Amino acid sequence: MKPLRKFLDRVKPHFEPGGKLQAFRSVFDGMETFLYTPRSTSRSGVHIHDSIDSKRTMIIVVMALLPCFIFGMYNTGYQHWLAAGEQSMPFWSLMLYGFLAVIPRVVVCYLVGLGIEFIVAQWRKEEIQEGFLVTGILIPMICPIETPVWMLAVATAFSVIFAKEVFGGTGYNIFNIALITRAFLFFAYPAQMSGDKAFVATGTAMGYGPVATDGFTCATPLGQLATAGGAEIQLTGIDGHVISTWDAFLGLIPGSFGETSTLMILIGAAVLLISGIASWRVMLSVFAGGLFMGWIANTAASPTYPASYLQPVDQLLLGGFAFAAVFMATDPVTGARTNVGKWIYGFLIGVVAVLIRVYNNGYPEGAMLAVLLMNAFAPLIDYCVVQSNVRRRMRRLNAKIS
Amino acid sequence: MLFIKIINNFAVANEKQHKNMSINLSLKKGLDLKIAGGIADSVLHQVKVGNCAIIPDDFHGFQPKPEVHEGDIVKAGTPLLRDKTFENVKIVSPVAGMVKAIVRGERRKIERVIVEASGAGDTVVFDSAVARTREEAVDLLSRSGLLVMIRQRPYDIVPRPDVVPRDIFVTAIDSAPLAADMALQVKGKEKYLARGVELLGNITTGKVYVAIRPGALTEIPGAEMINVTGPHPAGNAGVQIANISPVNKGEVVWTLDIVTLARIGELVETGRLDMTAYVAVTGSEVEKPYMAETVIGAPIEALLKGNEKQDGRHHRIISGNVLTGVSERHDGFVHYPYRQLTVIPEGDDVDEFMGWASISPNKMSVSRTFPGRFFGRTFNPDARLLGGRRAMIMSGEYDRVLPMDILPEFLLKAIIGRDIDKMEKLGIYEVSPEDFALCEYVDTSKMELQRIVREGLDFLHKELE
Repeated sequence: MKPLRKFLDRVKPHFEPGGKLQAFRSVFDGMETFLYTPRSTSRSGVHIHDSIDSKRTMIIVVMALLPCFIFGMYNTGYQHWLAAGEQSMPFWSLMLYGFLAVIPRVVVCYLVGLGIEFIVAQWRKEEIQEGFLVTGILIPMICPIETPVWMLAVATAFSVIFAKEVFGGTGYNIFNIALITRAFLFFAYPAQMSGDKAFVATGTAMGYGPVATDGFTCATPLGQLATAGGAEIQLTGIDGHVISTWDAFLGLIPGSFGETSTLMILIGAAVLLISGIASWRVMLSVFAGGLFMGWIANTAASPTYPASYLQPVDQLLLGGFAFAAVFMATDPVTGARTNVGKWIYGFLIGVVAVLIRVYNNGYPEGAMLAVLLMNAFAPLIDYCVVQSNVRRRMRRLNAKIS
Repeated sequence: MLFIKIINNFAVANEKQHKNMSINLSLKKGLDLKIAGGIADSVLHQVKVGNCAIIPDDFHGFQPKPEVHEGDIVKAGTPLLRDKTFENVKIVSPVAGMVKAIVRGERRKIERVIVEASGAGDTVVFDSAVARTREEAVDLLSRSGLLVMIRQRPYDIVPRPDVVPRDIFVTAIDSAPLAADMALQVKGKEKYLARGVELLGNITTGKVYVAIRPGALTEIPGAEMINVTGPHPAGNAGVQIANISPVNKGEVVWTLDIVTLARIGELVETGRLDMTAYVAVTGSEVEKPYMAETVIGAPIEALLKGNEKQDGRHHRIISGNVLTGVSERHDGFVHYPYRQLTVIPEGDDVDEFMGWASISPNKMSVSRTFPGRFFGRTFNPDARLLGGRRAMIMSGEYDRVLPMDILPEFLLKAIIGRDIDKMEKLGIYEVSPEDFALCEYVDTSKMELQRIVREGLDFLHKELE
């Protein structure tokens, strides 16, 4: 590795202020700190620091997302093969199809998002922040696979600039960036983001794979629920077979690219919890809130709201609920920061997600809106928890005086 | 959950108080860092010094005015500096000899006063018999240079002699990494400890608390003993105060260590100052870590002579421990509280390829993302930040290592925003920078928390006084 270090040392002066390539200082700095741990040592306070840094933290989250991502590739291929009416399901062909379908989306998200991050870092004369490493892979995973690439680019640019950089960058944003992207797409291009066509890839992926037959329906289970009438609902897959709880758990159902498999999401959750990166309080309480509201809805089930007939457990397995619980609600920047606050914050996300899902037929998926809504309320929840600390201090003081 | 636990502690503490006249304080939160370079034996090595120095910056809140000139002959105990506001508050010479230099920096700020030791045993004898009233007791401490060895909360500064402390907390525990057992250093001085407590008892309207590890010291008459268990920062006086009787707005509490208490007692008993300092010379870059018996303000060269590893690495010499110490050079001197010297690798000569992705068991971390945590080994950390400085991202990191009823993230944000009202409400009067040292160590975002707290306290002090 010596030659690489020497190379970096040799070209470094060009990127310093006054050098030929000073416009790319932030890019060089990002690459250098990525390749080599910075040599900067402590100037004040403690003389030793823990080895953890935000690069490692973010990479762990990306790793936790990989099982979902890989399964998403398979499922994309699988649903496509079903739609095309194929009988055999060759594993590697499905994977390759899914890979080819998703990779342009991932690349575009990273290019747009990181590009903006690099420019802003250069402009502010700051180091590049790692937050977008996670966001960049999250965005393709929570969007329908058929979302046009240019829409992803526009939405990513919008959310990175207006939901993050204008607030001051990573650590200062109020709303989850990936969900803002999703919400932007959802409200700006509703036709392409929901309905029958968006969730299953129909064409070839870069010329690979069969072409889907016309006339298939591929609404997601929640989409079917939203449009169903009456108490007798049967959720069906593309080929017409009934989706069981087990199918929903494994995830071979239509849905957003990375969100369908609860099993893979749980593997990701295990990675996050074992490594201690995500808050178990938030995760647990989102599921508790979802179960609680699902149970209430199910107890008071009515034909006006078909989704209320779902078993509470199915509420957790379908749609983006589990994904939001594990990867979205646990974002420490946009969530509640106090321990008590985390319980409340998570629980309310679970409740609101099912509430929207069941009682608002206009939005078949409530998880996205629930997390965004609670993002807005997280500071308020924290405020109340902090006030209890403040009041305790005041009481102590008053007890002394009297 | 955090609050409930601490309130419980408090409740338990009160209950015990009535039964045994001693308090049990069991702390769960915190972190004992396992670092290489600890002292293996209990042998004391005498280190004779040719000179020693007093560094006014160590005594936050003390505004130095020189009492001597270069070339003056002084005894051990002769005032070298006095405070600008409270002229009776002195810093005295640790040895008999000649004032060699008064080193001044920018804007003629006094950086240190160096005294060349003559080897003679001339000491100032104080008239300690007069210390009957509170004023006389404080005056004795002020004149003898022992008041500056005490700290007051709020603001973590040298106590104002005109303010009566609510309580006085003495800690006999140094729980910091590689620190030596402080209780051992006062073995055989039980009589002095009792006399010290007696004097301090005259000063405070409340109690004199002495925090020990269970069984480390016998009960001191007149003092309320606190048996503390738990990891660092259990030894910090601030943590003990927060769990026994937190500082409210308008109250003042003094804190000191047990060695200072013994010095006070000896002064009261004999009229003489004991200027001996027991300095633990530790750290992974020390050939053979040892316990030095020397004087206050000893030169670092004398303590490290021939005992530093010659491994070609850059060294960081820390006067104090790795969490709260001060960086010094080879020609520097040991700083207050004169307990420890640590040498670790600087680390600015290391090329670590993709360190953030490392799975090496040699990486020191509390995070479960590094395997080293599971092997129970000792580590050899250097002074690198090991990451870039970021905004506060992760939540709840600080809480795990701060056993106080404080919401650190919110208090820090209030300090950064210079919001006095919020700082007060969130407990700024209860904290000192050292309480945040572990928070700073574990911080993913590598923020300078101790500096932030120090500046916040100074800001508040200036605004309100």
